[in-house]
Amino acid sequence: MSGRLLTGLTRSGPLALDRHVATHGPLPDSGSELIAEVLAAGLRGRGGAGFPAGVKLAAVAEGTRPVVIVNGTEGEPMSAKDRSLLKRTPHLVLDGAIAAARAVGAREVFVCASAQANTVVAAALAEREHAGRRAQPRFTLLPRADGYVAGEETAVLAHLEGRPPRPRVTPPRPAQQGYHGRPTLVQNVETLAHLALIARHGAAWFRELGTEDRPGSTLLTVSGAVRTPGVYEVPSGIALDEVVHLAGGAIEPARALLVGGYFGAWVSGEGRGLALDDVALRPHGAAVGAGVVVVLGESACAVAETARLTAYLAAESAGQCGPCVNGLGALAGAVERLATGRAASDDGERLVRWIEMVRRRGACAHPDGAARMLTSANRLFGSELAEHARRGPCARCAVASALVLPAVGASLQRAAA
Amino acid sequence: MALWYLTRGTGAAALVLLTLSLVLGVVNVRRFTSPRFPRFVVDGWHRTTSMLVCALLAVHIGTTVLDGYAPIRVADVFIPFGGTYRPLWLGLGALAFDLLLALIITSLLRPRLGVRAWRAVHWLAYACWPVAMLHGLGTGSDVRAGWLTWLSVGCAAAVGLAVVTRLADGGAAPPLRVGAVAGMAVAAAGLALWLPSGPMADGWAAKAGTPSQLTPGAHVVTTPTPRTTR
Amino acid sequence: MSRPSDLRHAASDGEELVLDPIACVGHGLCAELLPERIVLDDWGYPMVEPSVPSALHGHAVRTVKACPALALKLRRTASQR
Repeated sequence: MSGRLLTGLTRSGPLALDRHVATHGPLPDSGSELIAEVLAAGLRGRGGAGFPAGVKLAAVAEGTRPVVIVNGTEGEPMSAKDRSLLKRTPHLVLDGAIAAARAVGAREVFVCASAQANTVVAAALAEREHAGRRAQPRFTLLPRADGYVAGEETAVLAHLEGRPPRPRVTPPRPAQQGYHGRPTLVQNVETLAHLALIARHGAAWFRELGTEDRPGSTLLTVSGAVRTPGVYEVPSGIALDEVVHLAGGAIEPARALLVGGYFGAWVSGEGRGLALDDVALRPHGAAVGAGVVVVLGESACAVAETARLTAYLAAESAGQCGPCVNGLGALAGAVERLATGRAASDDGERLVRWIEMVRRRGACAHPDGAARMLTSANRLFGSELAEHARRGPCARCAVASALVLPAVGASLQRAAA
Repeated sequence: MALWYLTRGTGAAALVLLTLSLVLGVVNVRRFTSPRFPRFVVDGWHRTTSMLVCALLAVHIGTTVLDGYAPIRVADVFIPFGGTYRPLWLGLGALAFDLLLALIITSLLRPRLGVRAWRAVHWLAYACWPVAMLHGLGTGSDVRAGWLTWLSVGCAAAVGLAVVTRLADGGAAPPLRVGAVAGMAVAAAGLALWLPSGPMADGWAAKAGTPSQLTPGAHVVTTPTPRTTR
Repeated sequence: MSRPSDLRHAASDGEELVLDPIACVGHGLCAELLPERIVLDDWGYPMVEPSVPSALHGHAVRTVKACPALALKLRRTASQR
């Protein structure tokens, strides 16, 4: 498919301003009428929650002195799309931020991203200034916070306000009460990039690709047992096996795919005719989420990976809500014991019980993500889990993990800070 | 005379109940629970005991003010150390009363204040009790009487145990623990030094304004002790 | 015309219990005072069934006041009529 977001990118560094304008055309002057266009386009947030961007824009536009936050935190370790966009096509993201700011009446935009990405963004802003662009919202670049949950809307807010990057209870949502109480649009980098194109080409154009529920294109980060892992732009609703094919094909038969992110779900390596669209994925307990697709080859051990994943999610709890801290810790312990054959007789039953016990019990969706992932693991790997419980670790348990799991120690240090 | 008995009696009772309230507060915060004594019961008793202390104090203070023997104005009830009559020891009573009012009022308004502000004030409970105790020792006319001595020792022991229990839950930083234990040791030593020449010595009760007929071991005099003019 | 929501309103009085999971530190008084709606999980934290019928209003108010962490609130649900 001819790319949209990734059009015109070459191997060498970020797309310069003049090339950007040559590729996509200039950003039209637009104001609040863009909101209706975004609503009509059906653009959903690409950060993981999939919330309709137009609804968020409309809510923020109702308030006074709104603020726009470009959320490039990307706390999901297997996702690289946001930093890729910022580093390779920063002007598209900036266009989106500017158009969004004009739509809601914001004069300030904060960009929260890694130091590397911010360097590129700063250079892009300098390019614009040099080119004599008209007055635009004031941009402030801030370093992102570390941690899995640091990318959650309200955690980003806390970080920007100088507090530890932990989620808070909602309501009120940032759109109503955000940055220092002001209405705040916290939008994922990719969402804003799409918005920049909708401003140019309109809602109908956006809907030419994708599905009814999830129009437009989507950036996926494909990794695991594939030949050419990387960030790919696909039409939403594409079949999973087509995605694997795009990434150079699987190097070995796939046991399962992790879809969405660590908070997503495992789907069978067999039924890859499955479409990457929330409606199609829901019966399998999955969702497109942050566009992460990790292919687990059959030489790896799904049980071991699940155990590592659960331990990671438990360690990454913000530590604010009892059911999350305790529940995810208990789950990690149970999965670990089952995976290594040291399980108590009721560990299997407690696993199921605890999965249900942590759902919706936290201030944010972190425990729900763990519950979702474990439910799918139970369904897909149930018999392997039982085998491990009986016989202990298998030969494949020792295979290097396909998952990037930043050191547990790091999150403990954060908790102490 | 009846008022005097009432004052002393309710004062002693208030100290006992204040001690009980503090102990229950510690039991509560240490999350003690059993099927017979669930959390809400301990919590409820703590609150009720505190209110009873207020009720007893109302009588204790009321009788003190009404009793014409000692010149105590209504203002002296609330403003410590301002009176003309035994300003130090009565002032401590007023101070203890002020602290208790702060504790009770902030607790009643807790939903509006929020937990942080409420808790900051509630720490004053550990100040309120010793101030009340000192007030009792200093103004009390019965300190030498056996029952009040044992009562005071009993209350002090209970509070000491409660404070140690409170500190044992691991939440307090070492400096705080050391400070609290040291503070208690200093207080105990101070009392040990002061009491024999103070409230336990001869003549203290008379200075407290106790009518001589009530002073233990006093000789009965035929002429009444002169009243201080107001 | 009778709709399912009408029947629901007949039972609830338009009030619901809301728990702040961050403020909650698992004291557990709420489960003692309102066992009809609150049960403690395996780690001592409350699992709250939000609907509060008028029969339980008094108990719910008492439960909200009793929470040492002030983690519970009683709130009117949005009217659907």
